[in-house]
Amino acid sequence: MASAFDYAPAPESRSVVDIAPSYGLFIDGEFTEAAEGKVFKTVSPSTEEVLSEVAQAGAEDVDRAVKAARRAFEKWSALPGSERAKYLFRIARIIQERSRELAVLETLDNGKPIKETRDADLPLVAAHFFYYAGWADKLDHAGYGANPRPLGVAGQIIPWNFPLLMLAWKIAPALATGNTVVLKPAETTPLSALFFADICRQAGLPKGVVNILTGYGDAGSALVEHPDVNKVAFTGSTAVGKAIARQIAGTDKKATLELGGKGANIVFDDAPVDQAVEGIVTGIFFNQGQVCCAGSRLLVQESVHDEVLHALKRRLSTLRLGDPLDKNTDIGAINSAEQLARISALVETGEAEGAERWSAPCELPSSGYWFAPTLFTGVTQAHTVARDEIFGPVLSVLTFRTPDEAVAKANNSQYGLSAGIWTEKGSRILAVANKLRAGVIWANTFNKFDPTSPFGGYKESGFGREGGRHGLEAYLDV
Amino acid sequence: MPTTAPAFADATASDSALRRFLHGLPGVDTVGLEARAASLGTRSIKTTAKAYAIDLAISMIDLTTLEGADTPGKVRALAAKAVNPDPTDRTTPRTAAVCVYPDMAATAVAALAGSGVKVASVATAFPAGRAALDVKLADVRDAVAAGADEIDMVIDRGAFLSGRYLKVYEEIVAVKAECGSARLKVIFETGELSTYDNIRRASWLGMLAGADFIKTSTGKVGTNATPANTLLMLEAVRDFREQTGVQIGVKPAGGIRTTKDAIKFLVLVNETAGEDWLDNHWFRFGASSLLNDLLMQRQKLSTGRYSGPDYVTVD
Amino acid sequence: MSDGRLSVFKTYKLYVGGKFPRSESGRVYEVSDSKGRWLANAPQSSRKDARDAVVAARKAFGGWSGATAYNRGQILYRVAEMLEGRREQFVREVADAEGLSKSKAAAVVDAAVDRWVWYAGWTDKIGQVVGGANPVAGPFFNLSTPEPTGVVAVLAPQKSSFLGLVSVIAPVIATGNTAVVIASADAPLPALSLGEVLATSDLPGGVVNILSGKTAEIAAPLASHQDVNGIDLTGADAELAKELEIAAADNLKRVSRPSVSHHHPEKEAHSATRPQAVDGDDWSADPGTRRLTAFLETKTVWHPTGALGASGSSY
Repeated sequence: MASAFDYAPAPESRSVVDIAPSYGLFIDGEFTEAAEGKVFKTVSPSTEEVLSEVAQAGAEDVDRAVKAARRAFEKWSALPGSERAKYLFRIARIIQERSRELAVLETLDNGKPIKETRDADLPLVAAHFFYYAGWADKLDHAGYGANPRPLGVAGQIIPWNFPLLMLAWKIAPALATGNTVVLKPAETTPLSALFFADICRQAGLPKGVVNILTGYGDAGSALVEHPDVNKVAFTGSTAVGKAIARQIAGTDKKATLELGGKGANIVFDDAPVDQAVEGIVTGIFFNQGQVCCAGSRLLVQESVHDEVLHALKRRLSTLRLGDPLDKNTDIGAINSAEQLARISALVETGEAEGAERWSAPCELPSSGYWFAPTLFTGVTQAHTVARDEIFGPVLSVLTFRTPDEAVAKANNSQYGLSAGIWTEKGSRILAVANKLRAGVIWANTFNKFDPTSPFGGYKESGFGREGGRHGLEAYLDV
Repeated sequence: MPTTAPAFADATASDSALRRFLHGLPGVDTVGLEARAASLGTRSIKTTAKAYAIDLAISMIDLTTLEGADTPGKVRALAAKAVNPDPTDRTTPRTAAVCVYPDMAATAVAALAGSGVKVASVATAFPAGRAALDVKLADVRDAVAAGADEIDMVIDRGAFLSGRYLKVYEEIVAVKAECGSARLKVIFETGELSTYDNIRRASWLGMLAGADFIKTSTGKVGTNATPANTLLMLEAVRDFREQTGVQIGVKPAGGIRTTKDAIKFLVLVNETAGEDWLDNHWFRFGASSLLNDLLMQRQKLSTGRYSGPDYVTVD
Repeated sequence: MSDGRLSVFKTYKLYVGGKFPRSESGRVYEVSDSKGRWLANAPQSSRKDARDAVVAARKAFGGWSGATAYNRGQILYRVAEMLEGRREQFVREVADAEGLSKSKAAAVVDAAVDRWVWYAGWTDKIGQVVGGANPVAGPFFNLSTPEPTGVVAVLAPQKSSFLGLVSVIAPVIATGNTAVVIASADAPLPALSLGEVLATSDLPGGVVNILSGKTAEIAAPLASHQDVNGIDLTGADAELAKELEIAAADNLKRVSRPSVSHHHPEKEAHSATRPQAVDGDDWSADPGTRRLTAFLETKTVWHPTGALGASGSSY
């Protein structure tokens, strides 16, 4: 967009982060090579530049890590809660101190805009540790009976869309309740978890309490399968979630699964339109739409469809796509070539099935993985783009006539993670929220997160809750 | 009522019609509006963009003195500063206008003759507006007769808050009729209207009645211009032009004191109403101390070192 | 029979959708007491009976989950009242089914009646215990509320044919779920008779559906059924439980695994002196809230609060 008021480049300084050329696995408090000596490269999705080479964990490494966590468990779980709390408070504080460094690192490895890592991811990461730190010595009062016991060793597998935030969601409650963990970050975003290992060392966390295994799905599967793992926590695709549920069938491993979604964002004719447009944008273009709770289906009342779409397209035309490190960038890179291919394929399917595609006018950089903010109009429940999770900056627009129809369409999905409601009528908010089969409902807002607020899905979006008092249950023998 | 945009002629046909129209406007969610304004406030405007924004902001200032203690000398000093904001750098743009009380308008007109800097006069029993309509109109006539290029009127907030929208509307229409060729800025005193829904309604009411500018506030109450209320008014002028083809200006006034603040407002303009409003014909800052901060920042950009208050002029 | 009168046998039927059908397959199987004496022929349910039961349970879900918690509590209490009135019948059936003395069977039935009362009282309290407002760091009201998971398949305990049965059904429906229950395979008669009690307790048809037959045969289609949301595997042995849990993963059912008694040797030792220590569960123990929460989802709703308005002030 040529404008009289052209914002000059405003890049965040990359020099605040020092990425080593290679990293090992973090097992028992030490960085170590993978047993088989394998490594893989992690690249910056916005430039395809290789950022570092990290060790690729195999089954033997999983075993070493689980054994280390098991050894650490006895002492860690026996520690007074007040002492565990202080470790977590230390971690929260160190994250706050190093938040700019971690934000830049996350932006480099993930491709998301620095604006988001700086203003959303990192503050939430620190807040999550701070919140669960406070629980560690108050578990008797959490509503799970007196002296609730930890489960043991938690195997945790996290996705690439919010690498450090998902790490926080997994590790903070696990440690607060006295478990020890083996965590595997996604193969495309291993770095922030490795930096977190360093934070654990700075905090003086006893060795073996947190172990980080970088690697691929095979390592994750070995972790789930390991007989000495008591708890599996997974955030990722529904397909892998189902595979994990099958793997742990017949065992006494406890599981929480936080999986896919196809969130309906419902806009009624009496909505606060300007804020609804912002909510639609936040709903589907936050983090390039690579968000499990994204509002990827816009259900707009037919009587205001044209007005809302006009305003939405106008707004999308102002989105700034480009260098994720630029402080004015709204839309960053897609996380990987693989994800970009998946988004592209689903968008092609949308076009082939006759939905009308519109993409925001913006120039895509020549290197890296990019996808312009896109919406489909004329979408019905029968279209693939209304049913399958795209996990990208692609919005499917459907219409409805009455609140009943809106609810029926919103619920007509195998998923049930999130939904949005936009109306100025309070009773309608409550009535619709009551009928929606989704775990998180945002009324007149979208994509808000807080450590005190339980998050998780209905139906095939998974089970268990992360965050809040509810999030403790997943790590307690109750 | 010749000034009402034809598309909305029905809306002003009666008190009840106007009420229905204004209450039929989409609601405003407070948290969402403020979050959007805050988010735009995180834009990082550097180097060339900052230089552009500073000069644009200077050129948009209605350099204002509205004190009981105002004198011709004070007004002349302000006028001199408007014409020549930075005596050390003649490339500095002039401000858009000097804004004074009606009895100072003639002094300002004389001091600014030939400079291109406009004279804006507040009127209509500014700031409270609690006077009979005749008195308000006489106030406007005086200012216009003294040569004011722009009239900054206040609406009757009492009438607005008691639901007598047509009274507010008709008063604006009457004032507009007295303006002649002067452009009319309609001040809502957003701090007194209190809610964002009211500010949106007032914006539409003002635009329907023929305002050339809609303006946040007098600078005389606790809450004046904020990013959120200005964003809301920018949305209103944007929507009004889309529906009527008529472009209306926006003037936030009061409380904007720093370059950083001013740039945030320009970002709001750029990303809400759009670049058509990035011109002092369509956007103004009602301010006084803002100018010196802009000048210091301007000096910093050109010299590379931080400036200080001794290197800009006191008003 | 002692007076020479020929007694009237009871034909035991399934309880599905508020009606008492025979198995669509037309099959029955012999049910005998602990000493091997024939008691009755029970319907041997098929896959299609399971399917029909799911349809009935789904149909009932909207109304039952949408009923007030108070109303659900009243109905569960009504079940207790109805059972109390048919106490003698259940004492006889339980004694036959489990080989208990009259007095022990009576204790079991009394405990089962009391269990209905316990859960009747829970319906309007669990929401307060496990839900509540969350103090988020922002201008939002944030409320978490438990909601029923949906249609739940319940494999009733194989040994505790009545107290165990009640202990697994009541918590599932107390929270608003609807249930498809597979009765103990060898001792299904108390369960089938319970259907008659439920049918006369104001419980809407379809909220509880009771099937008898071979557990694995009925459970398999339920575990893989895409319109079943949860499954309680209490009545499954380890091998069957694993198989069903794998099938349940296809649509990510919430799975409540069977208790494994060796996990709590101290509890088992203690409970060995009690009559109901079977199935790995101690049915006479305080049930706690575990079975209530096993089939609850937590829904969290956010809503902006924000300020009342931009504060103004007088001059």
